[in-house]
Amino acid sequence: MRISLRALSIATVLALCVSLSLVFFYAPIEAEEGFLQKIFYLHVPLAIVTLCGFVIGGLCAIAHLRTRDQRWDLRSYVAIHMSLIFGVAVLITGSIWARGSWGHWWVWSEPTLVSFLIVMLLYATYQPLRFAIEDPERQARYASVFAITAGAFVPMNFLAVRLSASYLHPRVLGSSSNLPAPMAFTFLVSIVAIALLFATLCAYELAAKRTRILLKARSRILGYQS
Amino acid sequence: MSAPGKTSPHAAMSQDVHARPGQSAHAPTGTAKVLLALLRKELLVELRTLESIPGMSLFAVTTFVVFHFALNQDTVSGQEAAGILWVSLLFAAMLGINRLFVADADQGGFDGFLLAPVDRTSLLVAKAIALLAYLFVLELIAVPAFGLLLLGPPLGQALPGLLAPLALGDIGVAAIGTLVAALAVRTRARDLLGPLLALPLLVPIVIGCARATGPLLQATRPGGPPLRWLGTLALYDLVFGLIAYAVFDFLLED
Repeated sequence: MRISLRALSIATVLALCVSLSLVFFYAPIEAEEGFLQKIFYLHVPLAIVTLCGFVIGGLCAIAHLRTRDQRWDLRSYVAIHMSLIFGVAVLITGSIWARGSWGHWWVWSEPTLVSFLIVMLLYATYQPLRFAIEDPERQARYASVFAITAGAFVPMNFLAVRLSASYLHPRVLGSSSNLPAPMAFTFLVSIVAIALLFATLCAYELAAKRTRILLKARSRILGYQS
Repeated sequence: MSAPGKTSPHAAMSQDVHARPGQSAHAPTGTAKVLLALLRKELLVELRTLESIPGMSLFAVTTFVVFHFALNQDTVSGQEAAGILWVSLLFAAMLGINRLFVADADQGGFDGFLLAPVDRTSLLVAKAIALLAYLFVLELIAVPAFGLLLLGPPLGQALPGLLAPLALGDIGVAAIGTLVAALAVRTRARDLLGPLLALPLLVPIVIGCARATGPLLQATRPGGPPLRWLGTLALYDLVFGLIAYAVFDFLLED
């Protein structure tokens, strides 16, 4: 466990260094937006990783309901918790980008940003729901039901919001398919780096949570014995 | 855990419905029979207590009055009218959603139901149909009231087109509302969590319904409801109906 955490941390730091160097020294300056476009390499990977994290949380919740193994619930909780933190970063970087390129901190005509806000508003209720239930077993069960429902909501919501704004201008930087090669390469490295960061932080939180559970169990045993 | 041993009219009634003479206590009874019994109990409780429907209807009509003053307009039309109608209906529905399982959780209805040898999903379906009925009555009152109080163009010409968005919206609200109500009811902060959970999940329904209704309520040359939105609504209803069906069992295990 400790070795893999250390290896993961080193890999993450290396990947982040490589991706940031690529972003600032290798990727060309975009013609229309200039230096500001660099935030794309942070914002979009963060958003992709966040949404994947929410969906992974839902999948872990399915595994929890199937196996009734509390470890799956712990994984689901950690994935959603970390995604919430990453999601705040997505909203902040998205806002900065919108301010820079369109002049407003918030634009309703950008469907991805709007759907992201709705998803965040839904997931913001995950912890209030979870910790409003005292019984640990029911807490895990209800949280899993929420995680599955919300995980399915993510793609549906994106579909609905995207449909509602289909009159929108064509999106230039939406997909990596029409990017020039150096930009696409930088973008891919950035995704890998951010995904590694997500995995590492999740691994740390999982380790901390497991240790705390173990500690509680041990101290309970000791408490009974003395 | 709701307190066992506490008896109340609700608990007594649900027990009574399950233990009717003529029903075998051992063999699982037919789904349709169980559904009808549960639905009958729901509607009977609502008819006797009148807890949800009058409050929901009154709330919707009051909201129209509030909108009149907040917008400082005598009549509204088009997308604005659709938005006001759907926001009012949604918030009124929230009152019903919040109350949907309260009696079961507080007065032993869940315990009574779990003791019965029946499929647990039937409770979801019965509750969703009951909520659908509440919404239907709510709209029977709120939509004419909206036409009378706020709507600029005559309601009569828009009414046939309104039926499809209203029906699809109601189904979605009933499916999501029942699931969320069951999720929130046995938590400490259920009055707070219910609306907080339900509103983001209902945003796509608001988008679909308001967009489908907007063209119908236009003052000049009203159009039909855009089929694209009705399709999206139907798909959303279907997906969340299936999700609610799949996960509801897990909410009723203790």
